[in-house]
Amino acid sequence: MEIIFNGKARDVQDGICIQELLDQMQLDCMQLVVEHNNNIIPQQRLTETPLNNGDALEVIHFVGGG
Amino acid sequence: MQIKVNEQDLPLEENVSLGTIRDRIKPDADLLIVNGFPASVETLLKNDDQVILIKRGEIPGAEELDALLTARHTPGVHAIVKGATIGIAGVGGLGSAIAIALARTGIGQLIIADFDLVEPSNLNRQQYFIDQIGLPKVYALRDTLARINPQVRVTACQLRLTPENIAAVFGHAQILVEAFDLAEQKVMLIENFASRFPDRPIVAGSGMAGYGPANTVLTQQVARNLYLCGDATTAAAPGTGLMAPRVGVAAHHQANAVLRLLLAENPVKEGKF
Repeated sequence: MEIIFNGKARDVQDGICIQELLDQMQLDCMQLVVEHNNNIIPQQRLTETPLNNGDALEVIHFVGGG
Repeated sequence: MQIKVNEQDLPLEENVSLGTIRDRIKPDADLLIVNGFPASVETLLKNDDQVILIKRGEIPGAEELDALLTARHTPGVHAIVKGATIGIAGVGGLGSAIAIALARTGIGQLIIADFDLVEPSNLNRQQYFIDQIGLPKVYALRDTLARINPQVRVTACQLRLTPENIAAVFGHAQILVEAFDLAEQKVMLIENFASRFPDRPIVAGSGMAGYGPANTVLTQQVARNLYLCGDATTAAAPGTGLMAPRVGVAAHHQANAVLRLLLAENPVKEGKF
């Protein structure tokens, strides 16, 4: 199936959850804000949130400093 | 004709000098300003002139102070910002500068939260003073804000923000400013506030360490209700410290994004939403 990942089409395996996708991409979710179909998803819900064909996923990486 | 003196309307006959008005309204004034520029006592006043009479060193009363402080605000803007409540999570380099910018802008209420104390190493970029070392940052900042604009109501919360207390602390904030230091804490705050208040904007900071070009610091919309100010990549790290100029650039991007959101302007580009 295909999702929109950070604005670009991307092929992902059917039924994958967000956490699995981030793990496959070796992204550290502790420093990521994840928006799924216009809603920000807390980390503890990434494993229980499956992706569907056509979903929009925005992954925003944060760096330290302030 | 009509003029304004210290922001109050005053009907006036023609051919009256600034000195005459000074003697009539505030004889001890020693700094006379007409339409934003110092002027001499002989200056003849014209219709619609804005006159400010100041006695140097004198602190005006509350009502007069309010009028004088807001003299440079755009009229429609002031009414909106005065009714606004903004939350600021973390009052270090970003948060202290953002709070000061918003207080000078005339924001009605600021909710500031931070557990930390003022330390000497903070003074390279954070808006604190030598004589505030050791004080809780939120109380030191509240004192500073009161010296700048006593009209701003400041709710100072000295606590560590956690998933359990974020909604309670910022329950009245119509916009949340993320101004933490650690990336994991930024994420924790955004996730929790956004889950509870999905329709309220968050203005976050990411990537403002070092002394790279100020022009790489941007305001971007990165999610439906999440704006990110910074270069998005330059982390604070050994050899890439946080310094006043670039932190200040990012902080003021954040403060300006807040102001634009309040005015229903797009924070990222010219124009309304």
